Amino acid sequence: MAEFTLPKNSKVQQGKHYPAKDAKKPRTFRIYRWTPDDGQNPRIDSYEVDMAACGPMVLDALLKIKNEIDPTLTLRRSCREGICGSCAMNIDGTNTLACTRAIEECGSGDVKIYPLPHMPVVKDLVPDLTHFYAQFASIKPWLRTQSPAPADKERLQSPEDRKKLDGLYECILCACCSTSCPSYWWNGDKYLGPAILLQAYRWIVDSRDEDTGARLDDLEDPFKLYRCHTIMNCARTCPKGLNPAKAIAEIKKLIVERRAA
Amino acid sequence: MSAPDFQNPLKRARGLGSSQSGVGHWWTQRVTAAALVVLGVWFVATVLCLLHADYATAKAAIAKPWNAVLLIAFSIAVFWHAALGLQVVIEDYVHTRWKEVVSLVLIKFLAVLGALASVLAVLRVALGA
Repeated sequence: MAEFTLPKNSKVQQGKHYPAKDAKKPRTFRIYRWTPDDGQNPRIDSYEVDMAACGPMVLDALLKIKNEIDPTLTLRRSCREGICGSCAMNIDGTNTLACTRAIEECGSGDVKIYPLPHMPVVKDLVPDLTHFYAQFASIKPWLRTQSPAPADKERLQSPEDRKKLDGLYECILCACCSTSCPSYWWNGDKYLGPAILLQAYRWIVDSRDEDTGARLDDLEDPFKLYRCHTIMNCARTCPKGLNPAKAIAEIKKLIVERRAA
Repeated sequence: MSAPDFQNPLKRARGLGSSQSGVGHWWTQRVTAAALVVLGVWFVATVLCLLHADYATAKAAIAKPWNAVLLIAFSIAVFWHAALGLQVVIEDYVHTRWKEVVSLVLIKFLAVLGALASVLAVLRVALGA
């Protein structure tokens, strides 16, 4: 059965508190901590950060904590401008990127930060995305063609056909959407999830790709595709403003289109 | 310590591959839903009309050919749609394989029995058996 309560060793406990000294504008960040090394349960540590001496984004606060308060705090980050997808985490109850989420947007109370939901945790805010990436690889996300490449030029695409990739190519595979989807929580072993299905549709709709039928064949499965029940958490949480649910609906429409009604 | 796992993550992600099915279920669920929009309105309207009727009047109303046909159609669509919907719920949440298979088969049996019983009931009234 689906598990609705946390196993005993995953129950989150109250952790340490790090007060700020002489802070002009203190703000408390409550952050999920867990390390595989000490056999302890996860805990929530709270850190007071002086907003007068901190950048505006949640990532700024996290890095300030790591640099100045607690160097053991572990997180992924790279580009700090919403293009690499590394710092995806659950902030103030929503999956989003720490680098593009302003601290001011996080309500008035403490800022709560957890790793992406329902993924195995490597340490603190770092989830294990191995299966997610393997699912991405499983859809063979590259141009698949039968015809040989033109000898003297690229495979051309009209501006109209290129437009069909808008709203799809922007996906940075941060996994915010997939890990916000209950279907992916309960059946993520088989269900591909919104991010991977959006990526799959990106190749299905590409005018240069010649393997559309095989791509649809691979997706037509009660679990890989049809676990999507269109609850739209994916579209709501996407930090890039994309709509994976729509891409999934388009895939379903294409599969209906090639059969008798 | 669990045994070392030498399986490539891609092997796990690809699993048993695509079953190349699912569109039938999805499409049928939508078609029965569309049918139920119309049949449901008709059913509620018919029941409302019979709200204060006595037994003989209700029986005579159901025995009318159009009403009998639509009631049978409604019953079949309801059980069909319910079976498809419950199947999704079981697939979503029941992850012990034998429990999943037993509940899925049970749902199909119960839906067919329910539909057959409803059809028989309407036919008995309609044909005056």
